[in-house]
Amino acid sequence: MTEANAAALAAATVKPRRRRRRIRGGDVLDHLVLIVGSLFMLVPLLVVFQMTTVPDVEMIRTGPSLQIGDQLDENFDKAMFEASGFSGQNTGTRMLVNSFILGIGFALGKILIGMMAAYAIVYFRLRFATLAFWVIFTTLLLPLEVRILPSYEVVQKLGMLNTYQGLIIPLIASATATFFFRQFFRSVPEELVEAARIDGAGPVKFFVDILVPLSKTMIAAMFIIMFVFGWNQYLWPTMVTTEEDMFTLVRGIKQITQTLEGTNVPEFGRANLLALIAVLPPVAVVIFFQSWFVKGLTESDK
Amino acid sequence: MAQVSLEAVRKVYPNGFEAVKPTGFHIPDGEFTVLVGPSGCGKSTLLRMIAGLEEITEGVLRIGDREVNDVDPADRDIAMVFQNYALYPHMTVRKNIAYGLKNRKIASAEIDRKVAEASDLLGLDEYLDRKPSQLSGGQRQRVAMGRAIVRDPALFLFDEPLSNLDAKLRNQMRIEIKALQRRLGVTSIYVTHDQVEAMTMADRIIVMNGGRVEQIGTPAQVYHAPASTFVASFMGAPPMNLVPAEASAGSVRFGQTEIAADSAATGPVTLGIRPEDLIPDAAGPLAMHVDIIEELGAHRLLHGSIGTERMTVHVGKDTDVGTGQVPLSVKAGAVSLFDARTGMRL
Amino acid sequence: MWLPMLLLVPQLIIIAVFFYWPAWQAVQSSLYLEDPFGFGSTFVGVENYTDLAGSSEYMRIAWFTVIFTLLVTFLSLALALLLAVKADKVIRGAQTYRTLLMWVYAVAPPVAGFIGLIMFDQSWGPLTEFARSLGWDFKLGVNYFDTATAMVIVSVWKQVPVNFIFFLSGLQSIPRSVREAALIDNRSASGRFWDVTFPLLAPTAFFLLIINITYALFDTFGVVDTLVKGEPGNNPMTLVYKVYVDGFRGNDLGGSSAQSVILMVLVLALTIFQFRLVEKRIHYT
Repeated sequence: MTEANAAALAAATVKPRRRRRRIRGGDVLDHLVLIVGSLFMLVPLLVVFQMTTVPDVEMIRTGPSLQIGDQLDENFDKAMFEASGFSGQNTGTRMLVNSFILGIGFALGKILIGMMAAYAIVYFRLRFATLAFWVIFTTLLLPLEVRILPSYEVVQKLGMLNTYQGLIIPLIASATATFFFRQFFRSVPEELVEAARIDGAGPVKFFVDILVPLSKTMIAAMFIIMFVFGWNQYLWPTMVTTEEDMFTLVRGIKQITQTLEGTNVPEFGRANLLALIAVLPPVAVVIFFQSWFVKGLTESDK
Repeated sequence: MAQVSLEAVRKVYPNGFEAVKPTGFHIPDGEFTVLVGPSGCGKSTLLRMIAGLEEITEGVLRIGDREVNDVDPADRDIAMVFQNYALYPHMTVRKNIAYGLKNRKIASAEIDRKVAEASDLLGLDEYLDRKPSQLSGGQRQRVAMGRAIVRDPALFLFDEPLSNLDAKLRNQMRIEIKALQRRLGVTSIYVTHDQVEAMTMADRIIVMNGGRVEQIGTPAQVYHAPASTFVASFMGAPPMNLVPAEASAGSVRFGQTEIAADSAATGPVTLGIRPEDLIPDAAGPLAMHVDIIEELGAHRLLHGSIGTERMTVHVGKDTDVGTGQVPLSVKAGAVSLFDARTGMRL
Repeated sequence: MWLPMLLLVPQLIIIAVFFYWPAWQAVQSSLYLEDPFGFGSTFVGVENYTDLAGSSEYMRIAWFTVIFTLLVTFLSLALALLLAVKADKVIRGAQTYRTLLMWVYAVAPPVAGFIGLIMFDQSWGPLTEFARSLGWDFKLGVNYFDTATAMVIVSVWKQVPVNFIFFLSGLQSIPRSVREAALIDNRSASGRFWDVTFPLLAPTAFFLLIINITYALFDTFGVVDTLVKGEPGNNPMTLVYKVYVDGFRGNDLGGSSAQSVILMVLVLALTIFQFRLVEKRIHYT
């Protein structure tokens, strides 16, 4: 055994001194900041929840408190099955269904059309490819809010008011998904196309058998972002749906707020529960598919 | 300039994984020590503990005479060169080199002087006002070294700094780093997985495997007297031939042949012979069937089998051998015996 | 060659019908004054625009929008940066904090506004009570300043998660070895942040600046609409809300369209500014 090794061995048999993990003051402060931030985010929703569990009459007297009551079931029934409007059509259930249709329909439509358009732009030599690109690109420049009235008129002229199509299709007129997929397709190695060609796959087969499966995570990410976006639409549904059976939860918030005033006993429980229901699905999607959501968000806005 | 000593230093991660088993050694002042071993052996973890970038779970670390377990990296009087250079992308080369000095409240005239000195030493003068993204890998490496030199620290730490360079540049930089260290005389700890780098650069080598130190010694010691079969097969290329054999006081039986061995061991052993210590000899006791010959210009490698064991023989370019039966003899005293079960040197 | 056409056509048709046509309409009708009884419209050139320029009410709303945008942008970015830096730093509970801080992204602006109505309710809102305990008699919907404050707070609450996600992602994309080199070069944590971390976050921050400005200008519509309870009156409002109020409620199609066009130009300028910045971007790698 070498001398050096002997020394090493001797050193290694010295009784080890255990280090206690230091808790630095700085670390405590970090956690404090994060906890305060989290509470700032969370508390308003907890207040809303508390208000759904307590009878409305009591709410007028005491306002929100720390008590959890037992009214949740009753308020749930009211929210889902009673209507607050004139026609009796905008029950919670109806609005929930409409919100789902809008969210899912919008997300699917956006993805489908966006993927097709991106595929065409990236993989085909079109003479007017650049023109098409710029035409689509400029749609990113003007948000809907800026052209809201003429858009309404167009939809009115086409007889699409108070329809699902009228709700969904005009929202697809912006190029976010197309750009997202264009960026992704450009990152797919060219060799794949060549290999596919050698294997005898035409453009349609390539798209369906190779490109789409490759894009699975991207599609998932886009779906989540677009679903939340569609579900949360407010201005457009407000303008385009006047019949109460077409209301979405978010569009219906307007009416829900109206039930908080004027009447003798404002329906706090019901209103707050509807607000909660309007929030729950998109939040659940964002939380459970967090990694896809973050990926979609950070990659789509470049 | 300072010595470094570790006493029973150990690293256990929160998930229970023991990356570095209790280790102790002493590095004298001014020495160039290389930590070498395969990926995942714990050498980088050990280096990072010395740097202060990883917490030491157990044991005592001393730099100079100071116990530095709880001292911040910036206060340990160390400088580090990272594998991917870790230059500040938004600062010019000049600012990159000067940054560590700026934070230590050194007069700006003095900073300028030191930067100019380091830049001159490393040939960076014309790049001083460029950003790292405008430099090649080798140039970035030099900037990283400039950043370390200018600090005049007690200890240099290198974490596989040449891994990202191409082979030719690597060879060149090896010599430059060694020359620089010798000139500056700063105690240095250098981590690499490349045993050639270890052999050519080190004053002392520490071979690690699976979180443990297998051997500490000079390149010659590690090469000629490896402490275990791991060290024997890891150091040196091509690796030492290791074959099972039977020892009985004074000799070892390998296949049909008895070879003299300077050891009192008996029983099953692992026999180690370096490829260059097997010599083609018409009167030799070993019979090897050579099937592949690698021509390397200055020398040749014969690959074949003796009995059922695969072996490699290293011969000079002028040796006249071809494929087929080649008789061999073993250079006297060039035999290593290892315990068949533990792999430790006997 | 028919295939790519077929693939492109749906997108192009939708864009033509629901984007370009309305956009063109907006520009067109901004040049007309519509008869309130619907008997037609007269061409008035740029009169709608000059009317706006001279309207003190429009100017007041424009001014409010500017201040509102600045406040919301600055507060959302600052809070999100602070939270992102801390969330990046801690080891224990990192994932939990991230989830807790990002979920509000999915809350729709009008629902956020609704929550604001609850929290700031005059009789029993928790925040109103808190304000009163500080001597501030908070009157949502009645007092201009109070309503404006509520709008800012709700908008910031809604926007912090997005900035948080981007800042966190930006922080995590800074190579670990660069941060370790800084650990060795600088003993002060705040020094390391301002000298190394923050400059490397600059591209993310610029990008977020544009996103936040756009958010404050347009996406806060739902917040404003809910908090003013549908009675714009003397309440603070943003320019985009006025487009809606004048056009849809007030039937001033010409004036509303002119406002739309002004906002279009603003967004165009912002986007060009952003792309110029992206080109001259602080490119480090």
